[in-house]
Amino acid sequence: MIYLQLFWEFFKTGLFTVGGGLASLPFLYEISDKTGWYSHAQLADMIAISESTPGPIGINMATYVGFTSAGIFGSIIASIGFIIPPLIIATIVSRFLKKFSENKFVKGAFYGLRAVSVALVCSALVSVIKISLINVPLFSETKNFFDLISIPGIVLAAACWFLLKKKNPHPVVILGMSAAAGILMGLLNFI
Amino acid sequence: MKELIKLFLAFARIGGLTFGGGYAMLPMLQREAVEKQGWVTEEELMDYYAVGQCIPGVIAVNTATFIGNKAKGFAGAVAASLGVIFPSLVIIIAIAAFIQSFSELEIVQNAFAGIRVGVCVLIFSAVAKLFKKAVVDKFTLGLFAVVLALSVFTKISPILFVILAALAGIIVQVFIQKGGSAK
Repeated sequence: MIYLQLFWEFFKTGLFTVGGGLASLPFLYEISDKTGWYSHAQLADMIAISESTPGPIGINMATYVGFTSAGIFGSIIASIGFIIPPLIIATIVSRFLKKFSENKFVKGAFYGLRAVSVALVCSALVSVIKISLINVPLFSETKNFFDLISIPGIVLAAACWFLLKKKNPHPVVILGMSAAAGILMGLLNFI
Repeated sequence: MKELIKLFLAFARIGGLTFGGGYAMLPMLQREAVEKQGWVTEEELMDYYAVGQCIPGVIAVNTATFIGNKAKGFAGAVAASLGVIFPSLVIIIAIAAFIQSFSELEIVQNAFAGIRVGVCVLIFSAVAKLFKKAVVDKFTLGLFAVVLALSVFTKISPILFVILAALAGIIVQVFIQKGGSAK
């Protein structure tokens, strides 16, 4: 019963995601490894779409993963499962809001949680790098360093970083530029 | 009932018009929930927003739940949360269905090969920003390094890291540093 499993996986993700939508990524990679509903490459494409469409990134990701795994009904189930834990927790917390945010145990917990949240997003970054900028399988076959790193990819990444730091454009600009570069490099047989 | 529909529609507008998730939502929230509807005061909104960032779940849903609860109880919270996810459902399903039918084309595959590089850069920039706020001393740096290494090289569930990190944070701050500021 894929719908039940989808609901349960996203319920857990909603319960343990702390610090915004990107923090849900490690959970989505885990679901991919466990169920095979979608690949790591598909997940990276979903991140791109979720960042460039309106709405919270976490909800966009849940909807997209749900759709890829089990169609329209899957996307509804995944999103609902994802928001039930915050809906319940926030409702309870709203009864004693001030006391909650000043509680020393809560403060202590978030002192640790914030660091782990960054570490988990960072490990998701490593997963995206593995399918975009470096090619580990080819490298272990040829042992040639230049097969490990995608030079056009690094150049494109540097260009995106430069633009992001200089102009601080909307993510959709960065992603549009990367798409155009991808198409162009494909035409020139770079990738 | 009328008030519930109002909540749903207001949060659907907010969800459908903000790019980039919870953090980008504040100006829209101020306009809809404080100025137009008077569901909450400016101060309450800031409190909700601050606490919404540090409990589990998506920030947007947390904030919607707080405001919905204040305006109309738990039913209001459900209406506001459903409103905030509604535009995502419609937009993402449309795009996902579209991409599924064109994903075989070489030009689409090349575009996504480029886009994945852009995604790396965007996530890196998010990590750099979060790192400054979260890694503030030796303990958090150590926690960051250990969890990063374990989650890259092992298959341990992130759930375990989240639970242990909360416990470790409490132990260090409440029992060792006695609630004092981190060194």
